[in-house]
Amino acid sequence: MTEPKPAEKPEPDDTAPVTPAPETAPERPAEEPADQERRPGFGSLFLRYVTTANTVMVTLYSFLLAMVIGAVLIIVSDPAVRGTFTYFFSRPTDALSASWTAVSDAYAGLFAGAIVNFTTLAEFQAGEATIGRLLSPISETLTYAAPLILAGLAVGLAFQAGLFNIGAQGQVIMGTVGAALIGFGLHLPAYLHLPLALLGGAIAGGLFGAIPGVLKAWSGAHEVITSIMLNYVALSALGWIITNEFVKDPDPNKQYAISKPADESSLLPRLAGMLGIDAPGLRANLGIIVAIAAAALVAWLLAKSTLGFRMRAVGLNAHASRTAGMSVPNTYITSMGGAGALAGLAGATLVLGISPHALTHGVAGEVGFDGITVALLGRAKPWGVVAAGLLFGALRAGANTMQSTLPLDMVTLLQALIVIFIAAPALVKAMLHLKVPAGGLATTTAKGW
Amino acid sequence: MTTIDVAESAESTALHGFWTRSRKVGTVLAVLGIAVFLIGLTMTAGAEASVRFNLTLPEAAAAFPAKPVVLTLGAVAVLLGALLLTGRVHLPFGLTVGVAVAAVVLALLIWAIARPGNTLQIDTVLKGTMLLALPLIFGSLSGVLCERSGIINVGIEGQFLAGAFTGALAGTVTGSPWVGILAATVAGALVTFVLAALAIRYVVDQVVLGVVLNLLVLGLTGFLFDRIMKDNESATNLAMRVPEWQIPILSDIPAIGPALFGQNVFVYLALVLVALVYVMLFHTRWGLRTRAVGEHPVAADTVGIKVNSLRFRNVLIAGLVSGLGGAFLTIGEALPFSENMTDGKGFIALAVLIVGRWNPIGGLLGALLFGFAMQIEQFLSSVPGGSPVPSEFLAMLPYLVTIVAVAGLIGRVRAPAADGKPYTKA
Repeated sequence: MTEPKPAEKPEPDDTAPVTPAPETAPERPAEEPADQERRPGFGSLFLRYVTTANTVMVTLYSFLLAMVIGAVLIIVSDPAVRGTFTYFFSRPTDALSASWTAVSDAYAGLFAGAIVNFTTLAEFQAGEATIGRLLSPISETLTYAAPLILAGLAVGLAFQAGLFNIGAQGQVIMGTVGAALIGFGLHLPAYLHLPLALLGGAIAGGLFGAIPGVLKAWSGAHEVITSIMLNYVALSALGWIITNEFVKDPDPNKQYAISKPADESSLLPRLAGMLGIDAPGLRANLGIIVAIAAAALVAWLLAKSTLGFRMRAVGLNAHASRTAGMSVPNTYITSMGGAGALAGLAGATLVLGISPHALTHGVAGEVGFDGITVALLGRAKPWGVVAAGLLFGALRAGANTMQSTLPLDMVTLLQALIVIFIAAPALVKAMLHLKVPAGGLATTTAKGW
Repeated sequence: MTTIDVAESAESTALHGFWTRSRKVGTVLAVLGIAVFLIGLTMTAGAEASVRFNLTLPEAAAAFPAKPVVLTLGAVAVLLGALLLTGRVHLPFGLTVGVAVAAVVLALLIWAIARPGNTLQIDTVLKGTMLLALPLIFGSLSGVLCERSGIINVGIEGQFLAGAFTGALAGTVTGSPWVGILAATVAGALVTFVLAALAIRYVVDQVVLGVVLNLLVLGLTGFLFDRIMKDNESATNLAMRVPEWQIPILSDIPAIGPALFGQNVFVYLALVLVALVYVMLFHTRWGLRTRAVGEHPVAADTVGIKVNSLRFRNVLIAGLVSGLGGAFLTIGEALPFSENMTDGKGFIALAVLIVGRWNPIGGLLGALLFGFAMQIEQFLSSVPGGSPVPSEFLAMLPYLVTIVAVAGLIGRVRAPAADGKPYTKA
């Protein structure tokens, strides 16, 4: 915005081949073979791509910048490392090596806990470790990613309709309740029970999610305020439901409030079992497949269906949509309802996929709030959300294995930092002196009051 | 109840346009009144509700029969609702709704305390209301300063958290709550510095930015709490305390004396700030410029006002105020810092800002309303002999009040015209 297409002014000739390359490139060599060196090679094209603030590079740089800031925080908050900085000027190597060790240990631990642990890989090749231990980081990543993707889709779908759904947390909670009630309340064969329990979660989340939509449609109340208030209402409601006679676990030995567990027949089967791998420790379950299927459905909905078209139209310009004869209030309600259903599904995968398969006060964790960062990182696009969900799932899994050295909040912090940079491409551009891409800087927006 | 619902839907389909705002509100009030009346009928005839002024006039106490009072109040609500519903008599809308809502609230309160051994301690309730309203007053003032100059501040929650954390840390380390308060205001301003820089210089969407800043501060304070405070609470995270200052004579006024004039410095600061911001905003050159920048930045620019630098300055000042609100949560309440201790108060403050129509005095009144709702919740959940309503439902009360207030008012209040719209010179 501040520099409208600065690249065009100095050398108009230089910028032309970047985007419309196919049209100009074949003509030139035929006329003037001597022009060879002016044609950009792969190296310079790559360099230009890397130094432009396009979507991919902004995402990548946001990640790197967040890692750098995270590293600074690790160093500053570690008392042992801070100690070495007190005599920095007499022996700087101490401080530098201590800092390097602290940071590289932290990030290497994250990687080992999320993707693959190279020590285990070596042991596995030597025949000392089981396949279960080798695959366990990936399995954990997929386990955490499934609800994150679904919650991210919930926020992303609402974004497409111009709504900022920060009530995903409450909708996830309601989804856990819906799924758990069907999970332990009904006794059915698995092929009926599991789909019904998932559906129960989606419906409960959807109805709860529709409330901010209805309020916005009828009274104009901003969904940011109403949906965050409903998060607290949902949390209180969960507290009341758990202590209810019908729901409460009858076992008097239980130290804390917990519901009856869902029936075996309603649980999401584990991927390891379905693939025939004998590794009871691998928690990854069908939830990740449900999440990817939901992403495909949302992608189809937005790209091909009338409803999706209406959502995007209202999101881009509500006034024009009204003029074109679309019902803006109805679109608000269906978008929020659909978003709530996705978040409810996230709740269902939490209860039906992760032990103890029952409702507790913390059953939903922070999944709904993380969904906001997932959606912003994925730029509210279904497949972007899948990628972002996998990344944040990996961060979460990695952080879980290194909890002893670094607090879990490190992940929340990294997520928030990444998303701040994503939301502010102009900042990334200015910090790294990047060029403005042809279409301008891309960012996500929400409407004010 | 079911018969009313049927009648409603039949009529609304037959007569489109019949459901004006006052008819809708009237229906709701009438239904509430009927509910109160039914509750009144279930009460035992001899139940008495007793009321006392325990701080100012310990010997003054009154007890009155609860059942007839509840029934009367219910009937009043039904009557007023019915009058609004018929639309025959022209009543002042705001006053009517206010009286009816007050009747319902009072009836429920009397119903809840009308059991042996329970007493409504009026001045304790009022003092608690003031304390619970305080963070909302600071938060809504911060919102007024930002949004009157055209920047939406969804990050009040984050500024509270930053202030609460820094206040506890700096206060404990230096041993002085006053240093803590000062540090908290600076921390709040640091958060709004990021808000201002990104929103004004880098034209980031302000609602998205505010939500993400909240997450950032949540992560940051959680991280630092784990790394610095958790294992060393006594050196880094003590409950600091500022003294209560009794203002002579004024603090002895029955009922409102202790609430307004027997409190700690935060209450006086809040009241002074409300008056100050009001006068500054509507009666000084700075205020006129601020409002101009928030309503019509192009016009303001034309007459030579530096739009973005004025906005930047105001957002920083707003951060000082919301940091003070954060300091109240730890130092003012004499509590140590705990993770995510703000519990959505920043968002409630945002709702208060809207209910108070972007006006400092409106914000004060709105905050007191919310403070009262929270105080009633706390009072009812601590009633000896157990509350007649499950505590989880009571805990929902402030949040539900927020939703109702925002949904009921938003169509009739108007934000500053350029609120949330970045200004770039053409």
